[in-house]
Amino acid sequence: MINSLFLISHSGDIFLEKHWKSVISRSVCDYFLEAKEKAGDPENVAPVLQTPHHYLISIYRGKLFFLSVTQTEVPPLFVIEFLHRVADTFQDYFGDCSEVVIKENTVTVYELLEEMLDNGFPLATESNVLKEMIRPPTILRSVVNTLTGGSNVGGTLPTGQLSNVPWRRAGVKYTNNEAYFDVIEEIDAILDKSGTTVFAEIQGVVEACVKLTGMPDLTLSFMNPRLLDDVSFHPCVRFKRWESERVLSFIPPDGNFRLMSYHVSSQNLVAIPVYVKQNISFLETGSCGRLDITIGPKQTMGKSVENLTVTIPMPKSVLSVNLTATQGTYTFDLTTKVVLWDVGKLNPQKLPNLRGSISIQTGSPKPEENPSINIGLQIQQLAISAGLKVSRLDMYGEKYKPFKGVKYVTKAGKFQVRT
Amino acid sequence: MSSSSAFNEEKGGSSSVGEPEYGHDPASGGIFSSDYKRHDDLKEMLDSNKDSLKLEAMKRIVAMIARGKNASDLFPAVVKNVACKNIEVKKLVYVYLVRYAEEQQDLALLSISTFQRGLKDPNQLIRASALRVLSSIRVTIIVPIMMLAIKEAASDMSPYVRKTAAHAIPKLYSLDPEQKDQLIEVIEKLLADKTTLVAGSVVMAFEEVCPERIDLIHKNYRKLCNLLIDVEEWGQVVIINMLTRYARTQFLNPNINESLLEEGGGADKTFYGSDEDEDEDEEEKEKKAEAAAMAKRKPYVMDPDHRLLLRNTKPLLQSRNAAVVMAVAQLYFHLAPKAEVGVIAKALVRLLRSHSEVQYVVLQNVATMTIKRRGMFEPYLKSFYIRSTDPTQIKILKLEVLTNLANETNISTILREFQTYIKSMDKDFVAATIQAIGRCATNIGEVRDTCLNGLVQLLSNRDELVVAESVVVIKKLLQMQPEKHSDIIKHMAKLTDNIQVPMARASILWLIGEYCEHVPKIAPDVLRKMAKSFTNEEDIVKLQILNLAAKLYLTNSKQTKLLTQYVLNLAKYDQNYDIRDRARFIRQLIVPTEKSGALSKYAKKLFLALKPAPVLESPFKDRDHFQLGSLSHLLNAKAGGYQELPDWPESAPDPSVRNVEVPEWTKCSSREKRKEKKVEKPFYSDSEGESGPTESADSESDSASGSESGSEGSGSASESEESGGVSVSEEEEEEEEEEKKTKKRELKKAVQESESEQSSEEEDRKHERKMKQQKSDSESESDEEEESESESSQSESDDSESEAEVRKKKKAAESKPPSKPAKRETTKEKKEMSLLDLDDFEPAPSPQVTPVNNLFSNSLVTDLEGLSLSEAVLLPATITPSSALKSYELLHRITGEGLSVEYCFSRQPFSPDANMVAVQMQFTNSSASDTKSLHMEDVKLQSGMRVKEFPEIELLPAGETATAVMGIDFCDSTQAANFQLCTHTRKFFVSIQPPVGELMRPVFLTENEFKKEQGQLMGMNEITEKLTLDAKCRNEHAIVQRVTTAANLSRVPCGSDKECRFAGRTVTSGSLVLVTVATREEGAAQLTINCEKMVIGTMLVKDILLALTQ
Repeated sequence: MINSLFLISHSGDIFLEKHWKSVISRSVCDYFLEAKEKAGDPENVAPVLQTPHHYLISIYRGKLFFLSVTQTEVPPLFVIEFLHRVADTFQDYFGDCSEVVIKENTVTVYELLEEMLDNGFPLATESNVLKEMIRPPTILRSVVNTLTGGSNVGGTLPTGQLSNVPWRRAGVKYTNNEAYFDVIEEIDAILDKSGTTVFAEIQGVVEACVKLTGMPDLTLSFMNPRLLDDVSFHPCVRFKRWESERVLSFIPPDGNFRLMSYHVSSQNLVAIPVYVKQNISFLETGSCGRLDITIGPKQTMGKSVENLTVTIPMPKSVLSVNLTATQGTYTFDLTTKVVLWDVGKLNPQKLPNLRGSISIQTGSPKPEENPSINIGLQIQQLAISAGLKVSRLDMYGEKYKPFKGVKYVTKAGKFQVRT
Repeated sequence: MSSSSAFNEEKGGSSSVGEPEYGHDPASGGIFSSDYKRHDDLKEMLDSNKDSLKLEAMKRIVAMIARGKNASDLFPAVVKNVACKNIEVKKLVYVYLVRYAEEQQDLALLSISTFQRGLKDPNQLIRASALRVLSSIRVTIIVPIMMLAIKEAASDMSPYVRKTAAHAIPKLYSLDPEQKDQLIEVIEKLLADKTTLVAGSVVMAFEEVCPERIDLIHKNYRKLCNLLIDVEEWGQVVIINMLTRYARTQFLNPNINESLLEEGGGADKTFYGSDEDEDEDEEEKEKKAEAAAMAKRKPYVMDPDHRLLLRNTKPLLQSRNAAVVMAVAQLYFHLAPKAEVGVIAKALVRLLRSHSEVQYVVLQNVATMTIKRRGMFEPYLKSFYIRSTDPTQIKILKLEVLTNLANETNISTILREFQTYIKSMDKDFVAATIQAIGRCATNIGEVRDTCLNGLVQLLSNRDELVVAESVVVIKKLLQMQPEKHSDIIKHMAKLTDNIQVPMARASILWLIGEYCEHVPKIAPDVLRKMAKSFTNEEDIVKLQILNLAAKLYLTNSKQTKLLTQYVLNLAKYDQNYDIRDRARFIRQLIVPTEKSGALSKYAKKLFLALKPAPVLESPFKDRDHFQLGSLSHLLNAKAGGYQELPDWPESAPDPSVRNVEVPEWTKCSSREKRKEKKVEKPFYSDSEGESGPTESADSESDSASGSESGSEGSGSASESEESGGVSVSEEEEEEEEEEKKTKKRELKKAVQESESEQSSEEEDRKHERKMKQQKSDSESESDEEEESESESSQSESDDSESEAEVRKKKKAAESKPPSKPAKRETTKEKKEMSLLDLDDFEPAPSPQVTPVNNLFSNSLVTDLEGLSLSEAVLLPATITPSSALKSYELLHRITGEGLSVEYCFSRQPFSPDANMVAVQMQFTNSSASDTKSLHMEDVKLQSGMRVKEFPEIELLPAGETATAVMGIDFCDSTQAANFQLCTHTRKFFVSIQPPVGELMRPVFLTENEFKKEQGQLMGMNEITEKLTLDAKCRNEHAIVQRVTTAANLSRVPCGSDKECRFAGRTVTSGSLVLVTVATREEGAAQLTINCEKMVIGTMLVKDILLALTQ
């Protein structure tokens, strides 16, 4: 399936290669680099490329390209999903998935890749199993205060692979037994010029951090599970019980994991927490334009909006901006032409405003389109779908009393205002 | 990459690899230390006793490999550490070994024995990892070892080891495709495995090795369906894809009736002959009626196995793994009845929230699906709305989906969306949007005018690309109804002044030419302007100018005659030959001369013929003949190794092939639980159709037994398997399915019948009846029946059981291919009198049973030969065996400047050191001058090897010949010994590489000893090959001669004249080498080699095989 993997930096430097079958020369990457040149933006490189003898399937994560080479038919999503899993594993191990970090941990990375695939077919992708075989690097470990010593290869053999709950290792021990669940809901929305909703939906995830001793069996039930329209689960969740009783019953993995993700049925009206009053215009004559944006609270259910950010990708002909913000700070990136306004907390009494002038390259025509505005925000202690609440968490199989906690957060997902 | 980046890499590498505590180490010196030196240092570290140093060295080496640097020259130093105690060092050595084994095949062999030891480790994880590394070493010579290891691992106790065996199968297959048949046997065995751990991996192996052997799946189909949900996610993808293909070959199209009704074209047309010329409507009606009639005649009933697959895959749509979701989606798309396909839409839309690469693939597939099944995604229209932040390729795909989804009801919203897209900064995307608008306009008549107006407005857009794209699209739209839109044509005529994009200019000119009658005043004026700028135009524009001129000449020759002449003259001298040709062609056609005659009459018809409007269709049309979700589908081209998705069969193949025969022991145990007293039935009666195969498709209730897979997966699987058996399917089966409901009433009757029959019948007839009955039996019936049976046949039970037992044994014996027939033959011969028949297990026969004198009397001649051979070994003289010793060239006369050297393996014990192989060298001086002080120098050897040099030859006069003997300890490997041969003037680099047969010395064994030793070298240490003897080598003498020539072995006396046995020991380690050649009819023979050193064994097999077959 997967023959080889190349890690390529943003600038086109191939800094790591791993082969699971016969060695494939790294010159095969030239096809990819050519396509990358052509595409300009790395996001625009086609994930699947065909070369005379190979197929190149790549992903772009953390300013890195993960380029895999295969020679035969393979479901492209299979490879893509796997590559993302690799990137997730690096993230998990090193806290970051960047060129620097990978170069620093070349050997660990290489060992991980060796374990994750056998002859190009995924072997161990479960983080718990991997961590049993290859321990995360020393720095992190010293932080976690778990182990000391040199080797990062586990002395014991990975028995996790043999268990029928491969996501959980045996013999987990904690002095404080805790289980935390974060219900995070994201609003995806497109608002048009006048502020009417073109499209809006809520996507949610339940992230869990479970640190429990032994083999606990948890059951999580919701107040109003009917709200959930489409769900996908971590493999640990027993699907049958969900089907019949609408409760999540599972033996949790150890540590952080995503328990489920869901989609709130579209029948419900989506509350839009903020409104945006904007006016961006470019003058016909003279190379300049005006910008005036005000943001105010709309349906926040009495909670305050935090971490408010506004991102505006400007047309390429824009030279510079001269703006003043009543609250927070703004930056303008000269190369990407993006205005980023970091507002912070939204104050309903004094609405934040950003206004000023935009100067355009002389001689270039007036930009055809007004840029769209992307909003980022966060509301603590609120699930915007208004009704999804965890009602209870029960534990079976172990005797102690764990500490339990549930947190709700609402965020803006792909929240875009057209102008 | 530039040199500077390589430099950076170098620096970065050394700093990142060397950890602080080793900072002082010269090896990490970075730029200044040359590669050569650094490697030397690493070697030193690897040779040290400290694990920490070794580890550090290995880490650096692996870092080098990771960065793509060549570290192959460290191979010997690294391989030595393969048996290191430190687990991390060991792992890194494995990593290194697998990477470079292919390049350093000989050296890699040194490590094999470590893994072979690992294969026998009591710890399953060590066994698995040994097999994993062993199978990853891509060295052809160890193919037989791998084969054996895989076979052994495939029947390992531990499912994890079996999983590793499954992984190893494709590796071996890619290394040596000739092993396919044997590998298929292993796959077949592993497919029958009941653990979830193995399932995914073995199906993967199946897909890579023998995807065409769909017959292997039959028996495992239900099991795979039931296990599916518990298999790990990657295995799920592979299994689902394979089952999709399987289902396409085994089940009927669930949409057969609908496709007849709806599509009315395509495949069915061939059904009804080619009467397409008939009136469409009539035909359609006819077809509908026919289809309806057909539907009534033969209602579609879904095979319960088909239903099982759909039911068991559905929950996987909830998987977090996008690949699994996609796999299920394609399965539903290709296999599910139309009404059920809808469920996949929601899951696919969910994937659109994922990474952009996932989106890209999913959207491609959604685009194909929307063409076939538009309704499915309509509710999710808004999920495909485009954000300005999406990457261009995603935008374009979403646009494609939106266009496919457009219909009369939603077109206004879609067009409003499109309107905003046109303003985007991304020009490629705008161009695609304009094309999409064009496609919506052609597909939906109501909005054509609106679209056209919208596009005309775009003509005044500031961006030239937008205008050009609009012109092209407008051109296509206008072709549909030109008469209504002369004002648009006029408007476009004006644009010729401004638009510079060639394609757009050409489109405008074509439009004006084509519809010049609608714009009679403007057209000649456009031509005038164009004639002026003709020389500066692009080629496609020039061609269209010619076209316009010709058309105008034909319609309005009065005004344009001169202009046309002028343009044609310009074109005549154009640089482009296409344009010159076109001009010549047009002139002949439109300007009447005496010669032209006939054709010019038709010029108007030629140029101004009514042209059909172009069809704007999706690039995703017809892509669904590729299996969705596959690479081939994505590329719209067949990728290597792609398995076509077969068409549905016209009539369903026999569904009973999926019934599973249950091994007696399972049956026993499961039944004993239920009814303790019940007597075991003969093993091929399976009348208790408990679940599926004969049930009707839509009865959800009785499918319970299959669907409980979740927690008790294997249990239910085995239960449902029980239902199978050797059922003989007949055509009435379908009917019987329908009759099922009525059956219950008949049930009691049947039981009574069976009871009465039973008592009077004999065993054999019972089986027959049961087979028949089985088809119609329902669960309760069969249970009752069995009960009654057990009561009534209590007395017979003992007999019947034993009978069954015997029969089974016989059958098993028959069906089992004789893997070691030669041996079995002999054992049977010998033990004919004994009552015990120990088939599978062959212990070394005890001497008491086989008296020695028997053996010797058998064939005196061969024995003598064997003796004479062993005698030769004892004698110091240079007597050569019957065939002359093969001599090899060490130095050719020409390269040696007159000195030529040949060597042969004299097969004499080397007196100074018994562990050495004697090499006899013959020096011939054919030059004109004498050669002095002939000796050897600078011996380069692999670790462990030793050489005893030959004594210096002081003088070799011209034309003379001298011989000398040297000894080499090859360490039981076929590594070459390299050294320099020196004369007083010159040095020659030479090397001696021994054939494996020379690495041993003969030993004398008696038959008993031979058998005893052989008994201890079974399993992994035994290699068996079948061969066909060369025509000249059919008699025993020839065989003996050839074998002894190939290898330095001695004959072992043998009781059977069909077997030749040979024995020897390797020179260095003294490991036994036992060779058996058993001959059969017509030159067929079997070669068996038992040797502790498997590498030697495998190489020897090859050599002897070669010797015997050529």
